Amino acid sequence: MSRITECFNNLKSQGRKALIPYVTAGDPDPKVTVPLMHALVESGVDIIELGVPFSDPMADGPVIQLACERALLHGTRLVDVLDMVAEFRKTNQTTPVVLMGYLNPIEVMGYATFAEKAKAAGLDGVLTVDLPPEEACEFNPLMKAAGIDVIYLIAPTTEESRVKQICAAGSGYLYYVSVKGVTGSAALDVGEVADKLEMIRQYADMPIGVGFGIRDDVSARAISAVADGVIVGSVLVNKIAELAGNQAQIPEAVAAITASMRQAMDK
Amino acid sequence: MPTKEDLAIAKQMPDASGHFGQFGGRYVSETLMAALQQLEQTYEKLWRDPQFQAEFDRDLAHYVGRPSPLYHAERLSRELGGAQIYLKREDLNHTGAHKVNNTIGQALLAKFTGKPRVSAETGAGQHGVATATVAARLGLECTVYMGEEDIRRQALNVYRMKLLGAEVVSVTSGTRTLKDAMNEAMRDWVTNVDNTFYIIGTAAGPHPYPKLVRDFQSVIGREARQQCLAQAGKLPDVLMACVGGGSNAIGLFHPFIEDADVRMIGVEAGGYGIETGQHAAPLSAGSRPGVLHGNRTSLMSDEGGQVIGTHSVSAGLDYPGVGPEHAYLKEIGRAEYTAINDDEALHAFRHLTLTEGIMPALESSHAVAEAMKMAPTMDKDQIILVNLSGRGDKDIHTVAEIDGINF
Repeated sequence: MSRITECFNNLKSQGRKALIPYVTAGDPDPKVTVPLMHALVESGVDIIELGVPFSDPMADGPVIQLACERALLHGTRLVDVLDMVAEFRKTNQTTPVVLMGYLNPIEVMGYATFAEKAKAAGLDGVLTVDLPPEEACEFNPLMKAAGIDVIYLIAPTTEESRVKQICAAGSGYLYYVSVKGVTGSAALDVGEVADKLEMIRQYADMPIGVGFGIRDDVSARAISAVADGVIVGSVLVNKIAELAGNQAQIPEAVAAITASMRQAMDK
Repeated sequence: MPTKEDLAIAKQMPDASGHFGQFGGRYVSETLMAALQQLEQTYEKLWRDPQFQAEFDRDLAHYVGRPSPLYHAERLSRELGGAQIYLKREDLNHTGAHKVNNTIGQALLAKFTGKPRVSAETGAGQHGVATATVAARLGLECTVYMGEEDIRRQALNVYRMKLLGAEVVSVTSGTRTLKDAMNEAMRDWVTNVDNTFYIIGTAAGPHPYPKLVRDFQSVIGREARQQCLAQAGKLPDVLMACVGGGSNAIGLFHPFIEDADVRMIGVEAGGYGIETGQHAAPLSAGSRPGVLHGNRTSLMSDEGGQVIGTHSVSAGLDYPGVGPEHAYLKEIGRAEYTAINDDEALHAFRHLTLTEGIMPALESSHAVAEAMKMAPTMDKDQIILVNLSGRGDKDIHTVAEIDGINF
């Protein structure tokens, strides 16, 4: 059983939902990322999505675009991000880590090399925004062989026939994008999300996390009532941006946000 | 050399999944998948529909002013002392470049699908102007994304778009050029996918864009082929066209793919020179395959997979990737690609203006420059057919600045 599946099973038996923070690796400095990951775990998060900086993050809003730019100022590459995962794994063998990013860094590294390095680093899942299942016939088997879950997005525009196809291709969990738009965009409609999740559940044999548009305790709690996981990104990255000049405070300040969301979700 | 069978296959590309060999495809975030599948279905149906074809042809004739002439540049040819240079005068189209062939086609698709809003990215501003133009004509809301650096370089076109009723959004992320404008246009599309038709200006992007842009632009090659046969009594020996994303080039090349004796040469932007790394010539520089803006193609990215900043004096060629069909034509050995540096392009701009009274766009000047290099090495009875993809009025500002003149 993968670390991700085990994590969701444990939560289910406790009647709790997963809190899944996203932070961009290397933002604002590579030294901050691993301590931040540990602080997030301390605050009660269940899975960490680590963003791989990319020069052209087409599905992201301004908040994460700027995070990528800050990380790239220090030249944070995919290979460096995998090193961070390995570093994190030295003292944490339980919290699943998922890389989220765009295909080109993986394409340039080579799929097979990536699979090998990711496995060695102790990575659990990979979500490649611009690699739909149709283009993943070479990529998926390599990930599967390395024991790494391939996580797919489902959007409000995804038709039922495609949901079926995505559920068959993915593993670990599904990431439902709650709004049409880029990361950090407009507020979500929980009722709409609940309806869509009901449809997806007919085909999904894995948990569903919901992301995009979750910005505070209230929306985190509302989503946790209908989904298996709550994914939160831009609000955390905003805090990191705010403290870019005061890096020592970042882990504690960001963890305070997730701790508060955790409480709201568990109430 | 590709065989006759290879060329027949090449002519039919892309395959059913939108690939040109290992290139092309549909690498986009999930939110856009439904819209792209719908666009593909709509396009495949309409492209074969005689009513759609008739409307497209009518617009090209009476609104764009097609067919564009094929002009024998006799003075230039005589002076170079070799091959005869013929210019396909896309600069004479309404709005001043080949871009309008495609925006007419895509605007018709927008009309048939009932979308009230169109969006576009633009580099030199020619595609933005061509989009704003058809939007004005059809009464569609129009938003054009343009890099901050290009807005500075192409102030005239920015004002033209505004006069045409378009909103021009300045893109300040990344390198502030065409690539970043395209990122922003894709973000807009993800957000407004229900009411917006995204009019991509070049033969790149996710399937079916490279195919449909090529099909709309292929009118260039079809006309040129007939005109050359009629005027010179034979096919050209060499086709030459500038390549940024490569829409004017693929429009010229595609109808000639099976004419194995016709050499096809795409001319990329060499910037300060390939050896300086400051260029926009992925094919000439041998850039490895990568994925950007929805397709796999030859892409300028570093060893970490980050896209590299490009440089070209011409905003329209200042792009790190290239249309996937060009990457494919290079791989199978059907087309060749080379680069012309900024200074060579500027020289060609001035030279064509002085010898023929035709002021080419800086983009097209790259193709003219390569033709000027190659013509003297060829016989007088041979023909180089150059796609003069746009007129140079928009570049007067840039050239004047280089001359130290401030208006």
